Amino acid sequence: MAYDAVLAETVGIRGHGDDLVEAYTARPLAPGPRGGVIVIHHMPGYDRESKEVVRRFAVLGYDAICVNLYSREAPGAAPDDAAATARARGGVPDERFVGDARGAARWLRDLPTSNGKVGSIGYCSGGRQAFLTTVEVDVQAAVDCYGAFVVGTPPEGFPLQVQPLADRVPEVRAPILGLFGNDDSYPSPEQVDELEKLLQESGKTYEFHRYDGAGHAFFSVDRPSYRPEAAVDGWRHVEAFFATHLAG
Amino acid sequence: MCTYSTEKIEVARSSGKGPEGWFPLRTATVYYDHPVHAPDEHTVNIDFLNPEQGPGARVAVELSLDTARELLAALQTTVERAAHH
Repeated sequence: MAYDAVLAETVGIRGHGDDLVEAYTARPLAPGPRGGVIVIHHMPGYDRESKEVVRRFAVLGYDAICVNLYSREAPGAAPDDAAATARARGGVPDERFVGDARGAARWLRDLPTSNGKVGSIGYCSGGRQAFLTTVEVDVQAAVDCYGAFVVGTPPEGFPLQVQPLADRVPEVRAPILGLFGNDDSYPSPEQVDELEKLLQESGKTYEFHRYDGAGHAFFSVDRPSYRPEAAVDGWRHVEAFFATHLAG
Repeated sequence: MCTYSTEKIEVARSSGKGPEGWFPLRTATVYYDHPVHAPDEHTVNIDFLNPEQGPGARVAVELSLDTARELLAALQTTVERAAHH
């Protein structure tokens, strides 16, 4: 009988600007060494389902952490209120996200169980941010789940602080797994194709999977957008991808 | 889709009632995106906020597209009628 136990808890970590930010972590109660995973929550916030994803990675054998990216705007607030506050203030600036993600990577590598390897996975706006980690953060693998505006330009007058990252593709330093729904509009299938072309042209290592009958947020088990077939297959790819790149 | 699509207005001389009772409103954001609670993939969401009183000072609605259209028409009618008062 295999021993199956994890420790999950809230911690404070040092993020952008050395700020103390809230994070949720789950780690296997088994000896390492093992890889670490940064989970980047979707735009609706650091919610119960995001925390479930963190625990799932611990069950899969990784030290996992999710930073509450809205810690500063809304400390201690309900996730939906925090997301509303962050949206009203224009969202999370990339620079601040990068600082928080670097803090999370540092925190994971400082664990005695760390094998030195860290991956990232993000959903929705977090998908775009996971892409950004491959440029700005020392990660060995990243999973972009339907992140919008990696390519494509936000509409004029757009109040959120989100710029396309297409020009950063040549700077990508880690393999990318991309999981997308063909019924999604942000990113659209054409934008996914465009990103793939850019990655190809720059000679980057990537793996894209596209799902028919699935739109945005097909991994979200608590929302009508959930698509079990796409999600189950997507998880299979995530597990294989991290097993390849975070082992050691 | 995660549209990020957001309109924001300043709100003056207006109030809302939240879990702590009535409070003055300062801003409203209107966006078409995933709801937290409504049973649809996307809804028209409105957050009436008062940032000075913290994230909990919020009146939120998540409206189906049909309901949002009806609300829009009702607001239009009411505002036009108000001009004659």
